[in-house]
Amino acid sequence: MRWIWIDRFVEFESGKRAVAIKNVTLAEEHLHDLYPAFPIMPMSLVIEGMAQTAGILVGETRDFREKVILAKIRRASFDGFVRPGQQLRYEATIDTIADEAAQISGTVYCDGQVLGRIDLMFSHIDQNMSGLNFPQENFVFTEDFKGLLRRYQAELKQEAGGRRQETE
Amino acid sequence: MAMSRRDIFDSVQETLVDALAVEPEEVTEEATLTGDLGAESIDFLDIVFRLEKCFNIKIPRGELFPDDLLNNPDYVSNGKFTPAGLTQIKKAMPHADFSTFEQDPDVNRMPDLFTVKTLVNYIEGKLAA
Repeated sequence: MRWIWIDRFVEFESGKRAVAIKNVTLAEEHLHDLYPAFPIMPMSLVIEGMAQTAGILVGETRDFREKVILAKIRRASFDGFVRPGQQLRYEATIDTIADEAAQISGTVYCDGQVLGRIDLMFSHIDQNMSGLNFPQENFVFTEDFKGLLRRYQAELKQEAGGRRQETE
Repeated sequence: MAMSRRDIFDSVQETLVDALAVEPEEVTEEATLTGDLGAESIDFLDIVFRLEKCFNIKIPRGELFPDDLLNNPDYVSNGKFTPAGLTQIKKAMPHADFSTFEQDPDVNRMPDLFTVKTLVNYIEGKLAA
């Protein structure tokens, strides 16, 4: 299993806002672990989904040069459960971004209804750990991740080119 | 209209209640951010961001919580601020009360300088500038 808790971005406004979705399926192991015979998604993993949505939004703002680490959950409040077959929609907005850190506010929807609010703080760790050294390579945004991203970007460009040709 | 010290305190108190998940009555002027209110290093940045938003001000890095003096051997020796270091930190933090700290300027006691009053003084000075 890969530690990936979003399936797809549906909106992405660089430096401002991103929206990602996740389809929840009964095949996922975690749904069976929290309460036997009552499969629901743990809210800690819903927070992780928001952290991945927002973390990529923050990382992209500086072209994935920074190592963006979730540093603080400023707020997380939920109302309801996430069940198999439902779709989560993560909407993240950057409130503040500085050299050393970023703050985002987020809303998560489950099948179109507000499920909760999640506000997070990310640290750009190379700028913000009073002299501690981290490995040179970016272990947050790995080469695999960047490769995946380049492929998506190329596909989007191709699709946009195709649409232009159709309208001409 | 300028904010009164009481208004500033109330807003700082609200900010700290939200940032550190503490009760309002814990946030007294004398309370230290780390010792009494449990702030960790990342909370200091969170507090700076929240204060900037709350008071619509810009807080340059290191101005409220100076962090660049400790690695200078002229300023810190054997875990204590030297007289030159003490002069420097007092200059960097005119908003803090050094009366107790300067009797034993151990770097481990530096977090005691960051009290709620220190924040209120800093904001008061910033808004008056």
